[in-house]
Amino acid sequence: MKTSKIILFTFFVTMTSLLQAQSNASLKLPAGFKATLFADTIGSARHIAISKNGVLFAKLSRPDKQGRTIIRLEDENKDGVADKITGWANYGGTGIFLRGNVLFASSNEAVFKYQLDNKDEVLNPLSPVTIVSGLIDRRQHESKSITLDGQGNIYVNIGAYSNACQEKDRMPGSKGMMPCPILDSAGGIWKFDSQKENQVYGDGKRYATGLRNVVGLDWNTQTNSLFVMQHGRDQLNSFYPTLYTDAQNAELPAETMYELHEGDNAGWPYIYFDPYQKKKILSPEYGGDGKKEGGENAINPTVFFPAHMAPNALLFYTGNQFPEKYQHGAFIAFHGSWNRAPLPQEGYFVAFVPFKNGKPSGEWEIFANGFSGLSGDEKVKNPRNAKARPCGLAQGPDGSLYVSDDNKGSIFKISYSK
Amino acid sequence: MNYIKILLGSILMVGSALNVSAQDLVKGKKIYKTRCLVCHQADGGGVPNMNAPLDGSSNLVGNDIARLVRIIKNGYSERVALDGYYYSNAMTANPDLTDADIANVLSYVRTSWGNKASKVTIARVKAVKRKKIKSN
Repeated sequence: MKTSKIILFTFFVTMTSLLQAQSNASLKLPAGFKATLFADTIGSARHIAISKNGVLFAKLSRPDKQGRTIIRLEDENKDGVADKITGWANYGGTGIFLRGNVLFASSNEAVFKYQLDNKDEVLNPLSPVTIVSGLIDRRQHESKSITLDGQGNIYVNIGAYSNACQEKDRMPGSKGMMPCPILDSAGGIWKFDSQKENQVYGDGKRYATGLRNVVGLDWNTQTNSLFVMQHGRDQLNSFYPTLYTDAQNAELPAETMYELHEGDNAGWPYIYFDPYQKKKILSPEYGGDGKKEGGENAINPTVFFPAHMAPNALLFYTGNQFPEKYQHGAFIAFHGSWNRAPLPQEGYFVAFVPFKNGKPSGEWEIFANGFSGLSGDEKVKNPRNAKARPCGLAQGPDGSLYVSDDNKGSIFKISYSK
Repeated sequence: MNYIKILLGSILMVGSALNVSAQDLVKGKKIYKTRCLVCHQADGGGVPNMNAPLDGSSNLVGNDIARLVRIIKNGYSERVALDGYYYSNAMTANPDLTDADIANVLSYVRTSWGNKASKVTIARVKAVKRKKIKSN
């Protein structure tokens, strides 16, 4: 009799925790928050955008089984799960942004726009309008992430096709190029007119420079300025083993958030930001030794985070659903590191930084964890084992937060209720 | 007597150049850990979209040893689909690795994780370099 009671008890405990895990799509969230799977396995979903009607658009970096790279997901029966899934386009790329009835999407060298009708159906799937083309794409840091400022301008990341602007990229002993010639056409944010067609480099303006690669960026409507997340450089120990140990490489340099104004220089490749010394340190490729400072003309980060976590999306929360603490704060999707090996990886979560009056008002914290599929506090060791990797963020019309995953293509919907 | 020592020494050297011992695999693993693991990861799985996997790589377990030797020595930055996927990071060169190092690390990765290919001898690595000099 006792045995059967134990079995029954264990059964109930297991079922409850299984149901808990399932009802939160296996994510770990703060109290009061719930997560559901809006969609699953749609493909390599990079950035996402949502309409006022709650229709979600996802940009895939590789065609799905039907050869599509822009996916439209609608929850027609309002059960929280997308049931009408269609798509178009065949080019790769990361960026997607919706403003009213105009959907912007980017390949790794161009930005296009599509017209939607009032039901968020695309009117010209086969004939996008080219906004910008000819942007440099040399494989590395190729995401042409985009955001608009509400004043008719579109900001495009043109990542540097290099780790640290060495003469020979990622080759031991190769010096940093002085000055770094990459910066004239990459390693920064370029600003274009979102309403003009067929623009090239010369029609736009280099808005900010010295940024190695910005995959996540957002226009902050409170401060009316552009905020970006930079992916810091790799492999300090690989090329300078006498200056940096494996452990030091795992923690250097910081991933950095910047508030940008026109003309700003964030310092890459000449410096990196050291989160322990809290300083801009001269890169070893340019004569640094881990202690010498540099970048007197470079801006400082607004917030800095642990190294190599790969911030792929940034979203300033403007909804009313989440508690007051989250209003106007920043959510960051950390795709997850690889360059910490042989130490455990970090990231694979969505972080949050509270903001007040346009400035951070507290330390960053982990908001949503568990995307990797690992339980408890177990860290990812090998990146390919991460079940989901946060890549895009969008805010739904009801104030829910959507998170996309570019591994298999899960779309998580995170909501709050008292 | 010296003559015999030299003869015995040569036989041993040739023997070791034609054989791959358990010791060689241990040495290969050490090279992997210090040079390759940072990008290709502890499980040989690489990093999606960035660093190619070694575990299950058709190129790695194939017969084009010369290509593998060149890649390890010179690095690699070509835009080429590897088993259907593209990887965007350039691979670092290892110009200072000896023929033995290259043979050992290749033997290690070709027989690790899910890979079940033949080991690579020092003689094989040397032959690659001789061919290269000839074709110049």
